[in-house]
Amino acid sequence: MTALRPSTGLVTRRGPSRGTVTAVVLGLLLALLALVAMGLGDYPLGPVEVLRALVSDQGFDTVVVTEWRLPRVLAALVFGAALGVSGALFQSLTRNPLGSPDVIGFSTGSFTGVLVFTIIFGGSTLGTTGGAIVGGLATALVVYLLAYRRGIQGFRLIVVGIAVTAMLHSFNVWLLLQVQTEVAMSASIWAAGTLSLVGWERLLPAAVMLAVLVPVVLGVAGPLRQLELGDDAAAAHGVRVEPARLVILVVGVSLTAIVTATTGPIAFVALAAPQVARRIARSAGLPLGHAALVGAMLLLAADVVAQHLLPTALPVGVVTVVLGGIYLLNLLVREARRAA
Amino acid sequence: MSTENLASRKDRMEPRLSAQDLTLGYERRTVSEGLTVDIPDGSFTVIVGPNACGKSTLLRALSRLLRPQAGQVVLDGRSIADLHTKEAARRIGLLPQSAIAPDGITVADLVARGRYPHQTLFRGRGHDDERAVEAAMLATAVDELAEVHVDELSGGQRQRVWVAMALAQETPILLLDEPTTYLDIAHQIELLDLFSTLHDQGSTLVAVLHDLNHAARYATHLIAMKDGKVVAEGPPSDIVTAELVEEVFGLRCLVIPDPETGTPLVVPRRAERPGR
Repeated sequence: MTALRPSTGLVTRRGPSRGTVTAVVLGLLLALLALVAMGLGDYPLGPVEVLRALVSDQGFDTVVVTEWRLPRVLAALVFGAALGVSGALFQSLTRNPLGSPDVIGFSTGSFTGVLVFTIIFGGSTLGTTGGAIVGGLATALVVYLLAYRRGIQGFRLIVVGIAVTAMLHSFNVWLLLQVQTEVAMSASIWAAGTLSLVGWERLLPAAVMLAVLVPVVLGVAGPLRQLELGDDAAAAHGVRVEPARLVILVVGVSLTAIVTATTGPIAFVALAAPQVARRIARSAGLPLGHAALVGAMLLLAADVVAQHLLPTALPVGVVTVVLGGIYLLNLLVREARRAA
Repeated sequence: MSTENLASRKDRMEPRLSAQDLTLGYERRTVSEGLTVDIPDGSFTVIVGPNACGKSTLLRALSRLLRPQAGQVVLDGRSIADLHTKEAARRIGLLPQSAIAPDGITVADLVARGRYPHQTLFRGRGHDDERAVEAAMLATAVDELAEVHVDELSGGQRQRVWVAMALAQETPILLLDEPTTYLDIAHQIELLDLFSTLHDQGSTLVAVLHDLNHAARYATHLIAMKDGKVVAEGPPSDIVTAELVEEVFGLRCLVIPDPETGTPLVVPRRAERPGR
């Protein structure tokens, strides 16, 4: 091609990149926040005491930290990260900051599943978990099939998702009015989205399932970056466009499904984390690693607020819904201004 | 390689890239039937024809973006559909008409995305990639812009960056889908000169162009299409005649030698208006 001049250093950047530096800083902040969060509560501990209780047996302190508080904090970190990645996958795929699993109907579908399963099987854990997964996946499948037309287009996916969400929502309201009060109560507790019921026994299976998905996420990261260039360019670079898109969609839905089944629907994290991450990393496209870190941070911070900083402890889902509403409004206003 | 040499080579063996008996179309609309085209090795092939004649469709089939309803595209003796997609992408590059630059991406990062077919999950970016990206940016004269954001570039610069991305792919064959559309005349010529240089350096290029005079000036091999069929193919100086232009485009014209290059120059006749 061209006569090779000595390397001009155009591509090679010296020192760690901005991406690496911001990731390390985010990681450190996250660790600090986690230590502080584990110290908060009716039996307050300082960050140093928490650290000591974690690494060696400090009697009651260790029981409080590892048995009561650690699962909840870990759950916030792991589930927040999963939601952040899930949102980044969806938003990249739909090329739209509104493209998140919640917006295309996943959470509402999960709730429908939980209601139906609770009516059939009673309010068992298995009923809510199974119902959430089946309901959410079925909704995702219906939305995908309705939006499919010689491949999947982002905008069509979002519009169909919003329509399906609206219909399911009315259906849910109707169901809640039909069922017995106890069923409605137990389903509604799940529907608020909370980490307070998550102990080791619920965290571990979810964490294992999420860990299984990690290699798949790493595998789709390359094709995802290519799909950002448009379908033709991605195909020209050797990406099998439709299969890649389907795998990304399935991974994104599965990440959200596992979290939702364990905690109930938690809004906002999947929506906001990828966009915040992009601004922090100043990267092209939505960085998956940063989205995971920011997602973990958002959920942990929201849970700390929900649990300790409000006059009464609330489910974290309530806090994220309020934050999400404000964020979504801001996003819509900006999009509308840009379009005008 | 001299033209004689090329001709004798062509007699001896099949070209690397050819379309054999293709039926092409979208859903129920058939664009081409029984389309057979050879792309001579080392040529700068340009496909011309009126709107909706099937020239872009043919290019999409050659670049395996469109699966033929019948027939096959053959690359190096094998049906391109049987090749692993990344393997095919190491041999054929494409400058698509509608590529999207992700928000906030720099020129160097965008060009580096052309290296995807050479990378695997476990072996990320290496020395070869950096060398190819730098060479591609130098060839397209966007090396000075490496750290600039793509959204800040002018139309002509941006198109050169897309070309650089395709070059970074380092494929022996490069397909160009209407690469000069939306550019002003100076940037069109600049880009065509760049393609000409690449061709001189040994690449096989296949382009769809709208401007017949550009095609006649730069192509070494011209394919004229109408209604999904090839009407004529060969060196522009052999096949571009007033009759052919009238047949393909329905335009009455004169064909004179280009005063600058001697290649055929198409000069449209004035329409006959009643009352003059």
